Amino acid sequence: MRKLSWLVPTLYILFLLLPIYWLVSMSFKTTNEILGAFTLWPKKFTLENYQKIFTDPTWYNGYINSLIYVVINTVISVLAALPAAYAFSRYRFLGDKHLFFWLLTNRMAPAAVFALPFFQLYSAIGLFDTHIAVALAHCLFNIPLAVWILEGFMSSVPKQLDETAYLDGYGFWRFFIKIFLPTIAAGIGVAAFFCFMFSWVELLLAKTLTSVAAKPIAATMTRTASSSGYELGLLAAAGTLTIIPGAFVIYFVRNYIAKGFALGRV
Amino acid sequence: MAKISLENIKHSYLKRPRAPEDWALKKLDLEWTDGGAYALLGPSGCGKTTLLNIISGLVRPTEGRVLFDGIDLTERPTDRRHIAQVFQFPVVYDTMTVWENLAFPLRNRGLPAAEIEGKVQAIAQMLDLTEMLQRRAAGLTADGKQKISLGRGLVRSDVNVIMFDEPLTVIDPHLKWQLRSKLKELHQRTRRTMIYVTHDQTEALTFAETVVVMHEGTVVQVGSPVELFERPRHTFVGHFIGSPGMNVLPCEVSNGAVLFAGQRVDVENPPTAPLNGRHTEIGVRPEFVGLDQQGIPVKIIKVSDAGRYRIVEARCGESHLKLLLEEGAALPGSSAGVRFDRSHTRLYADSQLLE
Amino acid sequence: MNGKTQNQIGWLFVLPVVALVAFNAIIPLMAVVNYSVQETFGNNMFFFEGVKWFEQVLHSDRFHASLGRQLVFSGIILAIEVPLGVAIALAMPRRGPWVSVCLVLMALPLLIPWNVVGAMWNIFALPDIGMLGRLINDLGFNYNYTQQPLSAWATLIAMDVWHWTSLVVLLAYAGLSAIPDAYYQAAKIDGASSWAVFRYIQLPKMRRVLTIAVLLRFMDSFNIHTEPFVLTGGGPGNATTLLSIDLVKIALGQFDLGPAAAMSIIYFLIILLLSWIFYAVMTRDEAQ
Repeated sequence: MRKLSWLVPTLYILFLLLPIYWLVSMSFKTTNEILGAFTLWPKKFTLENYQKIFTDPTWYNGYINSLIYVVINTVISVLAALPAAYAFSRYRFLGDKHLFFWLLTNRMAPAAVFALPFFQLYSAIGLFDTHIAVALAHCLFNIPLAVWILEGFMSSVPKQLDETAYLDGYGFWRFFIKIFLPTIAAGIGVAAFFCFMFSWVELLLAKTLTSVAAKPIAATMTRTASSSGYELGLLAAAGTLTIIPGAFVIYFVRNYIAKGFALGRV
Repeated sequence: MAKISLENIKHSYLKRPRAPEDWALKKLDLEWTDGGAYALLGPSGCGKTTLLNIISGLVRPTEGRVLFDGIDLTERPTDRRHIAQVFQFPVVYDTMTVWENLAFPLRNRGLPAAEIEGKVQAIAQMLDLTEMLQRRAAGLTADGKQKISLGRGLVRSDVNVIMFDEPLTVIDPHLKWQLRSKLKELHQRTRRTMIYVTHDQTEALTFAETVVVMHEGTVVQVGSPVELFERPRHTFVGHFIGSPGMNVLPCEVSNGAVLFAGQRVDVENPPTAPLNGRHTEIGVRPEFVGLDQQGIPVKIIKVSDAGRYRIVEARCGESHLKLLLEEGAALPGSSAGVRFDRSHTRLYADSQLLE
Repeated sequence: MNGKTQNQIGWLFVLPVVALVAFNAIIPLMAVVNYSVQETFGNNMFFFEGVKWFEQVLHSDRFHASLGRQLVFSGIILAIEVPLGVAIALAMPRRGPWVSVCLVLMALPLLIPWNVVGAMWNIFALPDIGMLGRLINDLGFNYNYTQQPLSAWATLIAMDVWHWTSLVVLLAYAGLSAIPDAYYQAAKIDGASSWAVFRYIQLPKMRRVLTIAVLLRFMDSFNIHTEPFVLTGGGPGNATTLLSIDLVKIALGQFDLGPAAAMSIIYFLIILLLSWIFYAVMTRDEAQ
């Protein structure tokens, strides 16, 4: 029974890859072919969708813009979350339990609720259409997530580790950076990936807070739905390309997710 | 309970070991008699945990055989070897009570409820856990949890050997001696074979009847704590055991006489055959080095107070040595002479005791 | 287990987080509350109306219907995705070369913008030109999600499971990786069965990550908008009009700011209540 357990992830991955194959094959078809009939693979293989994206600045700038604010956001979120998660994990302070839950409540409202107020807020402070605006706005839902994930991993580390380090003469920050962080590397990897992911795919706020200079790829893609009907081939190509940066990120953090840590190596 | 034999064990964690350093365990043969209290002592990386895991079956040796009462169990998995192991940090089932933790191994083996109850109560009493039986295991302190881990091994009557892998690592210092004494007491009572792996000589020497000292993947000496202290058969043993450790001083041998710093030294085991090209040293514990105006001249570097005695560090040429002074004895000046007690000074060739 | 020390320095550590999140939360929240208690007849004129909008929303059949659909949807999603995700994480190898490959492939659906997810499933499931749609119909089933409510629901759920289960898998797998080998070794020595290992070691040790996974999936599925909107637009008819879609219809379609804001607040409070229940239940044993 154990021997067949590889079947489960394999079947699941096949299930996942099927629509992705569909997406990729659509990206090499013309919109006419997609809407015309069902074809398992492109009857008329075409690169015109990708050509459009790589040559039209509005398209490839969209990717660059998205990458910029997503990276900024991931860095800010994880950096701010680390000390906070440590505090929640190790200290008791006034209102800590309520604060912890309050953080999560910020993920509970649909983005639509925040769209108009955010537009007014960020315009008022002169940050409209900047990358930093979107990066900051996404902190609303990414920071709580990062804090929650990191706190979970930090609490699995026994306090003896901290105490042993202090006995060995480590100052707090040296302990934190040299000993503690490597121990929770899996948590940092997971948190960073999720921050990246949720920021990368978020559409409504990113669209609301930008117009030209920082316009993200997700917003550019909505053009395809309105202007000349439904340019499905182009949309498929754009969609396929959005998978790539994220795939890189998860490739880099895969070791952190897969490794965990071994308490036995004290 | 069984006699455990390790024959021709060699182990490497690499798929294709080439150099000697690639082997975590170089060739060794060991026998563990029934009911003994053993310590496996050595510095980090000497291979003692590897050896422990080979006995318990968590690691399969690259070469060699593991035999329990003459039966080859090398291929048999851990749960069929009737062993128990206590790990470096407490492993308890957090969602269960202490009682359920102790009963777990018995339930898995299908013992009747009445028998389980009896055994659990008996072991809990031995471990002073009776008042905590109904508490959640997760709520106990580290030493309590280690007792539970130990209890899960004691509660089974089919256990051949209980192994301890540095079990006091996460215990508070002031509780360590308590748990240590408890382990010794339990061994006296149950007479189960126990193998205790540690890098701490105090733990090893107080717990064990027989100590196996390891160094860089080989066994350097097996003996009682007294034997290891009095007559170390390897310079490593002498240096590692005792605080401070044995002095190991380079010497020359010419015409059957042992010379240190140009002066003749009498040893307990003078050489009977020529020692061509072998690296010779003399080993003498600081307890057996005395001040003597007419002795070998040394320069005094430092005197430190260790309570009931003082440790004097001295230099003679390139070599450093230590000697002990009793409380109240006169302090030496900046230079003095030393003498080695003949019956406790020994000659070592290539780090081995010359016999 | 791990005693926390009383130390108000904790506030210093959480300050950056509080500042960043509160900045984004408090001001907009105030704006929403503002709208929810006022009436506007256009021209930026607002009149205070008290709880009129709240009452209207709470008593509307339309709201009850959307809420009902939403609860059913989230319930089904949680019931499928959490056990499935955990099962997959358990079945994955703990180390070795395949782990990286698996993790990267499994993460792919999570990285696709939600409008693309909706659009691709839209075509994918079409009965005439879509791969899935054609397959199901060729197998003999009468399947057309654009016209049949049941098929629309099935497609919606399949899409969400396809899209989000990997989130649970990643979290569960990270949690499992953090369990030291010694626990498995001790369980072997104790003669525990695989089921006992799962029940007494793996599940308890995954509690924290599972809490995060359940809460995340609950909140996100309750808030879901883009994917179902692009897939079915809420149809056929009202069949897949979930709460968020309804809210946006009211807010943007009809420009009823008052009712929309009131509905937003009620929406938020429902999620808050249910999340708090989940949270309290899943972390009840932690206070020791």
